[in-house]
Amino acid sequence: MDIPREKLIEMYERMVTIRQFEEGAAGLMRDGRIKGFIHLYAGEEAVAVGACFTLGKDDYIASTHRGHGHLIAKGGDPKNMYAELFGGRDGYCHGKGGSMHIADLDLGILGANGIVGAGPPIAVGAAFAAQYKGERGVSLCFFGDGATNQGTIHEAMNMAAVLKLPVVFICENNLYGEYTRQDRHQTVKDIAERAKAYAMPGVTVDGMDVLAVHETVGEAVERARRGEGPSLVECKTYRYFDHQGVGDGVADRSAEEIEEWRAKDAIVRFRRHLIQTEALTEAEAEDIDRRVAARIEKAIAFAEASPPPTEDELLTDVYA
Amino acid sequence: MRPIIYLMALNEALQQEMERDPTVFVTGEDVGQHPPMGVTLGMLQKFGPQRVVDTPISESAILGLAVGAAAAGLRPVVEIMFLDFLFVAFDQVINQMAKMRYMFGGKAKLPIVVRCPCGGGYQMAAQHSQSLEAMLCHIPGLKVVMPATPYNAKGLLTAAIRDDNPVFCLEHKKCYTMAGDVPQEQYELPLGIAEVKRPGSDVTIVATSYMVHEALKAAEELAGRGIEAEVIDPRTLLPLDMDTILKSVRKTHRVVVVHEAVKFCGFGAEIAAQVAEAAFDALEAPPLRVAAPFCPVPFSAPLEEAYLPNAQNIVEAVSSVTPAKA
Repeated sequence: MDIPREKLIEMYERMVTIRQFEEGAAGLMRDGRIKGFIHLYAGEEAVAVGACFTLGKDDYIASTHRGHGHLIAKGGDPKNMYAELFGGRDGYCHGKGGSMHIADLDLGILGANGIVGAGPPIAVGAAFAAQYKGERGVSLCFFGDGATNQGTIHEAMNMAAVLKLPVVFICENNLYGEYTRQDRHQTVKDIAERAKAYAMPGVTVDGMDVLAVHETVGEAVERARRGEGPSLVECKTYRYFDHQGVGDGVADRSAEEIEEWRAKDAIVRFRRHLIQTEALTEAEAEDIDRRVAARIEKAIAFAEASPPPTEDELLTDVYA
Repeated sequence: MRPIIYLMALNEALQQEMERDPTVFVTGEDVGQHPPMGVTLGMLQKFGPQRVVDTPISESAILGLAVGAAAAGLRPVVEIMFLDFLFVAFDQVINQMAKMRYMFGGKAKLPIVVRCPCGGGYQMAAQHSQSLEAMLCHIPGLKVVMPATPYNAKGLLTAAIRDDNPVFCLEHKKCYTMAGDVPQEQYELPLGIAEVKRPGSDVTIVATSYMVHEALKAAEELAGRGIEAEVIDPRTLLPLDMDTILKSVRKTHRVVVVHEAVKFCGFGAEIAAQVAEAAFDALEAPPLRVAAPFCPVPFSAPLEEAYLPNAQNIVEAVSSVTPAKA
């Protein structure tokens, strides 16, 4: 697939934005400047960017508890996302949601979700709406290897298959369901195989290769737009931080394993590719990194200055 | 006005709303091909499979479909075949549809109706006979209606479909074949407004769903003994019209709350507590509850009969707090 240079560069910049956003968030958490639960996406950037760059503004995504990457990939603004992490009124949810519930329906983001496996049925609903209205929209949902043991995922896949809905199920197989290794929580290795149960295509792809993800998800999205129904794309990937919080995960994972995956880092790899194919020079890549760093720094300053909601907002928006 | 049965009143509300608003659709298990209770009868033929959507037996996916479709601008009306089945999929109710608007800072609108047949009386046993409305009323973000008559069924369901929040419409199976006068044209009964079914001066009976009919029977019998009971049907449990109830209690000085659900932590406890908090000075007797005992709904006929509250239980409860006049 030929991707125009500007789009390649935009994809690179978006991946760097996600990485730096997460490192920024980790720093804030370590310093005690933000509180609550945080599930960091660093390491998995190629999946979110590769997948979301196949979509338009009117398409929907349903995200997970590890949602920051998906939201940035779909167009979320780091400053409003950080503001939400601070519980500030400039946050996407005016501070009422926090990290696990950031959403922006105007951007087609149906929300991060604190419940593992809850997003796919909702994505199916958004796809139903697109089909119902006769629009060409598609709905894309992310979930991890752990979530594929939830009944909801299977219900959603079956429902999408039987109603031929425009959904792409994207499994981010990062080898761990929370802290439990995949071989201890399920007997299949390639989750894409589970697509057979719903007579839909199931493909496993290198989730550390943004172009491979983009191409495979792109085909599934086109298939969905043509009215041919859902697909499952499994992306083999890895998270750098712990399931929750800012630890590096060495307590539960071997140093060799972490090293092995870090050597495949999706951003380093994509940057090397762009330089080798002369889409980008070393200097331009460094410019991008610096530009993103400045944006993240400004976003954090904006977010930290955002006032918290006042008590009179406690009871607003319970009902429409 | 002409007399029609309750389930046809619901059917008429659905059909008229679907004719008026193309974003309204109906979905659930067998709703098209073989409507379980008959409420969606004839609708597949009239509106087609895109708007009357038969689904797999997958309550989580059905409710998730409603949440996603509503977030994307449609107005789903879901049927869960029995209220008991809702709890297979309670995450989509409690953690998703009820909270999305609040969690998202007011930026989502979830106009969803979930219709569920409820209640006992047909020997359907423990997993097809429950009255679990109190569990829904405990969740901020939801609304709950329990129509008891054909007129209220049509008006409340119409209002529920037009409401921009998730509304649960709990329909007692015993009500489905009851007949009553219903206008042919569309009308809305605003949610959160109680109905005084029968005026009275000696005691207030607050009854929900099918128990409204048992309460009215009891009131007739009590009248024969010189006790005039005021019977109130809240119609909407959430939001609850306490004003009408309190106004009545201040007049009668006595209250008996009646529901088919088990008494412990039931909806009656909420009404009794609110009456005690707001009108303690007006009470001349403790608020009483008439409700089911704390056990699952049994199968065997004599046991089920013993389980379900009835007019006689209500008469006894009222008599215990109201001095006889005759």
